[in-house]
Amino acid sequence: MAELLLIARLAGRRIAFPAAMVEAVVELEGVTPVPRAAPHVAGLAALRSRVLTVIDGLAALGLEGKGEVEARDAIVIPCDGHTYALIVEEVEDVIEADAPATRLSAPVGAGWARVATGTVEVGSELFLLVDPHALIAGPAANAA
Amino acid sequence: MDELLNDFIAETRDMAQALSGAIVAWEAEPQDRERFDEIFRFVHTVKGNCGFFDLPRLEQLSHAAEGALAEVRDGKRTADTALVNAVLAVIDRIGELVQALETGEATASEDDEQLIAALSGKPVAPAIAEPSAAPDGEAKKAIRSIRLSVDLLDRMMSAVSDAVLARNELARRLRDAPRDIAVEAAFERVSTCIAEIRDGITRTRMQRIDSLFSGLPRMVRDLAADLGKQVRLDVDGGDVELDREMIEMIRDPLTHIVRNAIDHGIEEPKDRTAAGKKAAGTLKVSARQTGNQILIEVADDGRGIDAEALVRSARAAGLLSAEQAERLSPAQKLALMFTPSLSTAEKVTAISGRGVGMDVVRANIERIGGVIDVESRPSQGVRLCIRVPLTLTIIPALTISAGGQVFAVPRSAIDEILRVGAIRIDSVGSAEVATVRGRRVPLVGLATLLGITANVADEDQRIVLLKPAGGEAYALAVDAVHDHEELVVKPAAPAVMAAGLYAGTTLADDGSPILLLDPSGIAKCAGISLAESELHQALGVAEEATESARETSLLLFRTLAGGRRAVPVMVVERIEDVPAEAIRFGAGKLRVAIGERILPLAGCEAAPAEGKLRILRLTDGRTELAYGFAEVIDIRSVAVDLHLAPAPGEVAGVTLIDGAQVELLDPHWLFAAHGDSGQQEERAQPVCALPEGDPWMEAMLRPLVESLGYRVVAAREGVAADILILSEESEGAGPVQAGQIVRLRSHPEEDEAGASIYRYDRAALIGALSRGAAKGKANG
Repeated sequence: MAELLLIARLAGRRIAFPAAMVEAVVELEGVTPVPRAAPHVAGLAALRSRVLTVIDGLAALGLEGKGEVEARDAIVIPCDGHTYALIVEEVEDVIEADAPATRLSAPVGAGWARVATGTVEVGSELFLLVDPHALIAGPAANAA
Repeated sequence: MDELLNDFIAETRDMAQALSGAIVAWEAEPQDRERFDEIFRFVHTVKGNCGFFDLPRLEQLSHAAEGALAEVRDGKRTADTALVNAVLAVIDRIGELVQALETGEATASEDDEQLIAALSGKPVAPAIAEPSAAPDGEAKKAIRSIRLSVDLLDRMMSAVSDAVLARNELARRLRDAPRDIAVEAAFERVSTCIAEIRDGITRTRMQRIDSLFSGLPRMVRDLAADLGKQVRLDVDGGDVELDREMIEMIRDPLTHIVRNAIDHGIEEPKDRTAAGKKAAGTLKVSARQTGNQILIEVADDGRGIDAEALVRSARAAGLLSAEQAERLSPAQKLALMFTPSLSTAEKVTAISGRGVGMDVVRANIERIGGVIDVESRPSQGVRLCIRVPLTLTIIPALTISAGGQVFAVPRSAIDEILRVGAIRIDSVGSAEVATVRGRRVPLVGLATLLGITANVADEDQRIVLLKPAGGEAYALAVDAVHDHEELVVKPAAPAVMAAGLYAGTTLADDGSPILLLDPSGIAKCAGISLAESELHQALGVAEEATESARETSLLLFRTLAGGRRAVPVMVVERIEDVPAEAIRFGAGKLRVAIGERILPLAGCEAAPAEGKLRILRLTDGRTELAYGFAEVIDIRSVAVDLHLAPAPGEVAGVTLIDGAQVELLDPHWLFAAHGDSGQQEERAQPVCALPEGDPWMEAMLRPLVESLGYRVVAAREGVAADILILSEESEGAGPVQAGQIVRLRSHPEEDEAGASIYRYDRAALIGALSRGAAKGKANG
């Protein structure tokens, strides 16, 4: 069976996440800010009794645009024993990939290169396949 | 050891079960190498494990079976039916014995020798007796245990936390809805159930510390063998329970300490013999619970730590000036081993051997809210003491807010809570300094530090005096102080921890996340921890061990005039009703006759016309006075934030208790003004004053002092005593009038020509106390 993909929109671009890495999609409300944390950390939110670390997808790409965090679509991603909520502009759908992902062959633009693992074809469209863990790590991880 | 044995039993049983298939297959085809190996491994493992326990029968059996199988493996014997039968009989017997171990019953079969003889391959009398009927269900009731995955426990815990939050939510809804008794009763029942489940699951997370200690025998054996040393390990207190997460956190530090003790503490056999010690060193690892703390002690009888070598290295590393080095107490010198930059200095490891990574050990212990102490006696050994809280997950905390956001502060780090008005704040350059009762501490504005805007004006802020574990005290200005809560704290994501300000996250009752502040992280971030205080941090270890919130126990009462006043419980001897006739004004004072004694009476202007007067009998240890009052309101333990009275008098000042102003009596003034100086203390009992809040003094010294006929009082303002005992941390006699002062030191080495007594030098202690008692009697 082909890989399931979660299609979302971030920084105006439609991207694909491996659905296996995604726990859920939630609508966030009431984000508690974390003063002096890294810029891509938008704050904390509660999902039932768990505390989610909210990641601003835009800031995680190293792009400007961290604004007010309101009720927005977030993708819940477990990573290394912690659970994160990645804020995207919109979550569209979960679709089956037509073919296995292929490696990147062209420059994908500022910020994206660090998080993109390849391209994947769904329907007749080509999506950038993004590693959510790389997004969570934030722009600082670039330097390392 | 029980835990270990249970593990062994469970493991052996599991293996035997898994093996049953192999046994059958091997029986059918004795040449099957794979099956043979499986059986060989089983017997070998059982034999190996038996070595740890005193299980001679199992050991003999498995040893014999292994021997026979080894011969087969080496081609010296063939696996004929007789051998197969004999081996299978042995395996059966092992199973029986293990079962017997588990149920604590004796096995019916005692003919091990015959089984072993059968293995030898010589013809024997038909020996393989019918295996006794397997003990059935009844015999098995002793221990019933199953193995659970930790994940499952975690999931249960989180599900219960969810249930608690849902319950809270429901409670809120119910409050808003019209009352319905039936619904409320049902809700109560659900609440109780949830609380019970939560309690149960919390307990399942507790684990015996055995699981931490079980790896030690092997480690000690291997290390000792590698180093050519002889070490006897003595493990005690394995049945102490603590949170399993905590156990994992202690594992590495403990391993490190034990390694250090064997590597550097315990000498080689020949050196030990030369020093007149037994060739085998002793390493004692013990655990015990004291209150809500677990105390883990690792003691060796090796050469001890060369404190002077540590000082020399610290001097060489430029961490200490000659002058500073002079001033260090032996305990402070030892504490140098925890200094980070020293630990890497090779010289230290070459000379004293200690110090490798001890800073990491200390950091790890402190991260979980623990403390570590070290005691060393040259050529007698080192004792390292780790104290950790029982559980990581539930932390008593204070919720505060800054800039409209709620944060939590671990209560263990809080010294006291003050109002801005109660302290003096000076600006020194760009920094602010708060002066709290003569003590200057740096002031950190939480909102400013966090880069958020404070919601209240500076003068309305509250000050939380913090004393992080192993750090300098400082004052934190916050917008408001809310509540004491028991919080279930979880680790925060690395990206949050990277800020260096937080210790974890938790959920408020309404389900919103709260950040738990890390007091030492804040200090670091605010630049309080300067290079020198790093060192202080290392030096401070010993003294901070017993630091706790400074709360005073107060008796709240209503005065005859109807006002609210409080007096420290410590000075109240008893509460009594006296008849009005017992009160007389004479010789310029009101006095009350109680039994054979006459006490000065304060708290009322004149004797009541009739009826009874309720009095507090206050004592300063020598004299007593009575204080008339109307009724007791409560006894409360509070951190007193005293607003001083303009002039000295009966009332020392005003403090806030439960939002109401309460006048605090000044016992010192009372005794000075009312106390009968001429009143002779008819008690022949000498009085000994001990510093307050010193657990060692309270628990260890006090019984000894009392057994020598002393009455023990707390060394506090206005106390007079025949003898005053001070620890090395005490600054001086202070307010206590003492006939004689005895200083104790916690290290055995002499200092300053016998100016102090080593605290375990019982003979010297008794000597000093007996002299004091004689003098006390002479005076009295």
